[in-house]
Amino acid sequence: MRLSRRAQALLRLAVGVGLAFIYIPLIVIGIYAFNSSKILKWPPPGLTTEWFTKAFESDSAREALLTSLEAGAVATAIAILLGSLASLAVARHRFFGRETISFLVVLPIALPGIVTGVALSNTFTQVLGISLSLFTVIVGHATFCIVVVYNNVVARLRRTSGSFEEASADLGAHTWQTFRFVTFPSMKTALAAGALLAFALSFDEIIVTTFTIGAGEETLPIWIYRNLFRPNQLPIVDAVAVIVIVISIIPVYIAHRLSSEEGGVTGGKGGGGAAEVAEVTAVP
Amino acid sequence: MATEAVAPKRSAGRKLAGLFQGRPRLQVGALLAAPGAWLVVLYLGSLAVLLITAFWTVDPLSGEVIKGFSLENFDALVNEPVYRTIVWRTVRTAALVTLTDAVIAFPIAFYMAKVASRRGKGILIVAVLMPLWSSYLVKILSWRTMLSEDGVINWALNPIGLHGPGYGLTAVWLVLSYLWLPYMILPIYAGLERIPNSLISASEDLGASPFTTFRRVIFPLAFPAVVAGSIFTFSLSLGDYITPRLVSNSQFIGNTIASSITNDLPFAAALALIPIVVMIVYLSVARKLGAFEHV
Amino acid sequence: MRRKDAHPARLAWLVVGGLVAFMLVLAGCGSSSDSTSGGGDELQKLGKGEGQLNLISWAGYVEPEWVKPFEAETGCKVNNKTGGTSDEMVQLMGTGEYDGVSASGNASARLVAAGDVSPVNVDLVPNYKTIFSDLKDQPYNTFDGVHYGIPHGRGANLLMWNSDDVSPAPDSWDVMLDPKVAAKYKGRISVYDESSYIADAAMYLKFHQPDLGIENPYELNDEQFEAAVDLLKEQRANVGEYWAEAAKQISAFANGDVQVGTTWQYQYFALQGEGEPVAASPASQGFLPKEGATGWSDTWMLSSKAKHPNCMYMWMNYIVSPKANAEVAEFFGEAPAQSLACDQTADKEFCTKYHADNPGFWKRVYYWETPLADCGNGEENCKDYNDWVKAWTAIKG
Repeated sequence: MRLSRRAQALLRLAVGVGLAFIYIPLIVIGIYAFNSSKILKWPPPGLTTEWFTKAFESDSAREALLTSLEAGAVATAIAILLGSLASLAVARHRFFGRETISFLVVLPIALPGIVTGVALSNTFTQVLGISLSLFTVIVGHATFCIVVVYNNVVARLRRTSGSFEEASADLGAHTWQTFRFVTFPSMKTALAAGALLAFALSFDEIIVTTFTIGAGEETLPIWIYRNLFRPNQLPIVDAVAVIVIVISIIPVYIAHRLSSEEGGVTGGKGGGGAAEVAEVTAVP
Repeated sequence: MATEAVAPKRSAGRKLAGLFQGRPRLQVGALLAAPGAWLVVLYLGSLAVLLITAFWTVDPLSGEVIKGFSLENFDALVNEPVYRTIVWRTVRTAALVTLTDAVIAFPIAFYMAKVASRRGKGILIVAVLMPLWSSYLVKILSWRTMLSEDGVINWALNPIGLHGPGYGLTAVWLVLSYLWLPYMILPIYAGLERIPNSLISASEDLGASPFTTFRRVIFPLAFPAVVAGSIFTFSLSLGDYITPRLVSNSQFIGNTIASSITNDLPFAAALALIPIVVMIVYLSVARKLGAFEHV
Repeated sequence: MRRKDAHPARLAWLVVGGLVAFMLVLAGCGSSSDSTSGGGDELQKLGKGEGQLNLISWAGYVEPEWVKPFEAETGCKVNNKTGGTSDEMVQLMGTGEYDGVSASGNASARLVAAGDVSPVNVDLVPNYKTIFSDLKDQPYNTFDGVHYGIPHGRGANLLMWNSDDVSPAPDSWDVMLDPKVAAKYKGRISVYDESSYIADAAMYLKFHQPDLGIENPYELNDEQFEAAVDLLKEQRANVGEYWAEAAKQISAFANGDVQVGTTWQYQYFALQGEGEPVAASPASQGFLPKEGATGWSDTWMLSSKAKHPNCMYMWMNYIVSPKANAEVAEFFGEAPAQSLACDQTADKEFCTKYHADNPGFWKRVYYWETPLADCGNGEENCKDYNDWVKAWTAIKG
């Protein structure tokens, strides 16, 4: 598109301002993670790396991190399974209530987390009579993780034609073989990207977790919330946050690579993979 | 050399697959059983139970839920003016946040989709996705410290005689806009990418100025994507209670639900129905505007 | 794959619908829990420790200094959850996941009524004998003659201010509650975020508007209640924060976001420890502004669903043992319940300063209580707890 020089400059300025808006708070946290004082005045009086040492030594942080990883892994696994099943049903078959399913399946993400949290917590404790624990947290997380995976995979399946599967059947492959050799390869990367996003959402989730977690457990966000206002702990929280951000560059990069690969059977157009990005954002 | 058609072996897998062959209903049933059970029975069932709970009441001393039908909660919601104030405040903020995010996101998404080089695009996508992986709580905390009396914002503004907004509704608006921005950028980017460059070239060839091209070609085509992104920003803002709690004193719908749940579950359930109704209306409108056809 | 309309999918939907309906029925008939008001019998004999103890407590009550020796002595590993408000504590106890709680008077009655706590056999708690007598058999820990807990300690809510920003030093709550005086500190006032704060307003009105006839700030009829609520609605314009977590208030004072507020000794000591310029009503005034103060007298209570009751009994005995009770009292800044603790405090004047042995002092402190419709003077038209909670939402706006 041809833009005048002035328009281009303005556009660049807007982008710069936007990116600054996005990154300044993160940089501030980064600086506070090295703050030598516990009081949060700006600018910080001095720099130190002791908080990072303390973060690595903190037992409660480590336990919380492991719990979060565990919950995320299980919830994502459930989501991969159930999300794929549901998307296969919706994208490849027609049945009574299919439109309703497409609408309903958005609800766990479209409704505020507090509604999901309160509803599930109420069901667990009042209706089913089970006590809250990591299991109930996983159930809560899996609920929105399923949606995220579903959105990604259904988007990919809709863009790939069902005729490949018909051809495969015509050539004599039975249902599993068709799935294994034709359907699955085409949705593989969408599934992986969806799983990564689902894991990210579960890892960072606090609201539903607050309502579904048991007494003795802590996920990392819960640990952070508990220590948010303790003057002694706050710098450690900042250090932990910085560590998480740095480590997460890896999955972000992987997600990006996955998204820009085309699915095996689609032969889609290039250009950065807009549709793949849409998958990554799990747009309903 | 004749290739003869050989019948495939009758393995167990093939036998089982044969069961499903030509029986779409069984296939659908098998596919949907597990996710259906989860989403419909567990999740929707929980919402239904919540709805019922809204019609119950609670004993003031023991806190026990009394399972008799009563409209007391809805009565309180309708007659006590504070709840209208709270709902209006929440919806207003959510709308403002959505608008703000759309305005900030569009130039970035447009640049990414139509102007950036291939490499620049990749870098920008990663740059926009990165914040999604940093802790939501820590981001709010960062704003809380930036907005405080001795924080960055005042440090920057005081020398020129200005003062930061401090805590309050402005802070909530700022922080929520900040938190959900990536959720708006990416769908708009995806939507813009989908607009074939040939359309834009055609518009220019027909003599339209860039602004007219934007107004009459680009924006209408990208609008459903904006709506899709707005679903997230609106819904996430509607239910958030941690941000208002940490950077303001104001009560939003989420805060009242969270504080009611400790001593009056039925009332909290009644309150929770409000965001459900609002979102269902919003989703229906969004669907009409094409957000759902977006992929 | 051929697409065919699948009618039996309708059958599937029916099945699903039936399952949902089943869940609703389950919800409706859900066991009304084992709520006998009473919550069980007392333990008759103390057994071996179960190796674990899950507590809910106020910030500062369960700290490593005295917890570690307890764990070493009894083998009961302590998991502690800090509650910010009594509401939160009552709700957590309702889950049945905890063994015990340090309950204030506005939680204890509700816990008993809900059947979430069991009577406590004080014979199994040897240190109970030497607890100050004006803490025993009180309406907030003894119900129908049955003991429901062991007293922990008591204190008054403090008026705290930033001595650099606030002068002259206030001696009355008017700096927070009188609209004209409070306007000086507009946006810098810190108020406790629970409906019990209405009692502070009522107590203020008891002193400044005696013709309202307020006697007990927790027993308010319509007129008195409305007056208190209106006062708080006026206060709202000047409030900088409503705090529900002690640590949040500490951070706000330290950052300069608030300059005056209602607080506990715990925050006051923490801020002094950080070198912040905070001051509170001095000991010479009995820590109380002239209208008096609301306060609390806390009781350790045993959950009726406790999984580790023996450990809980051991804890209750330990925490009111002279040394431990002295440590927690000095750390938090409250009057200990254990009379023998006064010999164990690091500061020899501690008990005198905190009026531990002065029942007369506590007459000016209005312990947190659960508001009930029963006004206690034959009338039944007082505002009950639900009214208070609803009003609090309306006050915050």
